[in-house]
Amino acid sequence: MDSAVVRDTSYALVHAPSLLVHMGTTQTVEREANPDSEYLRNITSHLRSYESCVAYPPNQTYIGNMTPVELAAIERPWFERPVENARRYSAAGQIMPEDEFYAWMKIVDSFNLVLLEDSFTSDVAKRMAESSPIWQDGDAARLGAGVPAEEISKHLDGGKASAKAEPLYLGDRLVGCVKAAHERDRALTAHVMTENLAVKASGVVALRHLIARGSVSAADVDYIIECSEEACGDMNQRGGGNFAKAVGEMAGCVNATGSDVRGFCAAPAHSMVMAASLVQAGVYRNVVVLAGGATAKLGMNGRDHAKKGMPLLEDVLGAFAILVSANDGVSPVIRTDAVGRHKIGSGSSPQAVMTSIVLDPLERVGLRISDVQRYSAEMQNPEITESAGAGDVPKSNMKMIAALAVKKGEIERTAIDSFVGEHGLVGFAPTQGHIPSGVPSIGFLRDEIMAGRMERAQIIGKGSLFLGRMTNLFDGVSFLLEANPGKPTAPDGAEDRLRKIMADALREVAKSLTDDEGGASECQIRQGRS
Amino acid sequence: MILRGKKVIALGDRDGVPGGAIEECVKSAGAEVIFSVSECFV
Repeated sequence: MDSAVVRDTSYALVHAPSLLVHMGTTQTVEREANPDSEYLRNITSHLRSYESCVAYPPNQTYIGNMTPVELAAIERPWFERPVENARRYSAAGQIMPEDEFYAWMKIVDSFNLVLLEDSFTSDVAKRMAESSPIWQDGDAARLGAGVPAEEISKHLDGGKASAKAEPLYLGDRLVGCVKAAHERDRALTAHVMTENLAVKASGVVALRHLIARGSVSAADVDYIIECSEEACGDMNQRGGGNFAKAVGEMAGCVNATGSDVRGFCAAPAHSMVMAASLVQAGVYRNVVVLAGGATAKLGMNGRDHAKKGMPLLEDVLGAFAILVSANDGVSPVIRTDAVGRHKIGSGSSPQAVMTSIVLDPLERVGLRISDVQRYSAEMQNPEITESAGAGDVPKSNMKMIAALAVKKGEIERTAIDSFVGEHGLVGFAPTQGHIPSGVPSIGFLRDEIMAGRMERAQIIGKGSLFLGRMTNLFDGVSFLLEANPGKPTAPDGAEDRLRKIMADALREVAKSLTDDEGGASECQIRQGRS
Repeated sequence: MILRGKKVIALGDRDGVPGGAIEECVKSAGAEVIFSVSECFV
């Protein structure tokens, strides 16, 4: 069986300060428990402008306009060092403003749940039609002309609390709402529908960017794996799905089906392994692994950031799409013989965790820890997490990997810091759960491998399963991304066997042509049928 | 610190030392774990 490759990637962010205020769980819980709190009273003074968000170095890194190596060279705090001439778009995606995102929520809304105010709609529609590289025929019709402001107000006032609409603000301005999809169903409330439509819309943005890059046409996508952290369904199947197919529909992937994979922050790594396996087994040729962003996590550490006088840096939704394809002989391969997994019985000590995720798969294929040039483990932006007391997550993971290398006798204890610097990557992804989980680096790592600057990387995703209160376990999955050896690999002897089969077949054809009349006639009949 | 006979609350971190690992360590030192949890800070 031939290896699967990472053929292309796209990455998108959505600046969402108003969704942060109204949909982020830190803020919604605070509003319920302590509505007059200082944090809520002053929250808007800590929000960033769209321009600041675009110029934020980690965000430019996420969409690929900068590399993680370039980011690491910038002195912190990064929020005080905006990138000069920062660009909204990159070759791989974009950082979208909130007003356009509301329009996307409406465009992907299949049940007329999103209402946008008419003047707002016409302004945004005009701009998007003129400048958006992912705008397609039919989007204007789906967006529609909007509704009068009074109609939006009507859905926000009165009625049963469970059926009340969720408002959509731009700062203080009410520009729309999302209606509940059912009067009593708690899986279809306006709040849940807003969360799910945000996942769908941001996933569509990432997928359309991936397709716009030209490595695959929409019609050639065979399968989509969606790996975000939300659940769509109704009260009888709360997590029934299927975001994958819903997203693919909005990108014209008419020949694709798909499914949702869940595993907290480890889901993208699980999904990549599944995608590679499906392609390698020959079930599908082109599988897209994608995810949209989580409104719930907007402003998750906002209280700490505000206390320290920082801007609320968790003001973006993250999204990505990764194309896993049949071997093209060029793109980096995913080595399914070197998949790491934290098993149910692996144990929870740091050493046991890192052995099962990092070391075991490497030793299985005869590699050492130092044979991997870069590790991408949990790429959370440390500027966000350190200020909230959670430390530098990618660095913590890298230190554990380095400690394992010391234990294996590969490096000296004194070399831990340099090993971390040389083999790790600085975190740059927003704390959107599944979004930072190893996969944000794949675009950069793919470029580096393709350029011949490195040979292999290990992508690591970890998931906090205990948050679901079904188990105390957590999870971890890894896979190797490696330079393509240059031509599709065949199992030992397979090429010779194929040549022999072809030669035998040709000999038989030749024989039938020179044989007696009956043989020639039979051959002619066969040709005629074909 | 002598842990024998002490009661311990273990607060672990998924990306650091998880609660279960702390629990095993302090138990082996003779402490009684009255509460153990792992948290996710990201």
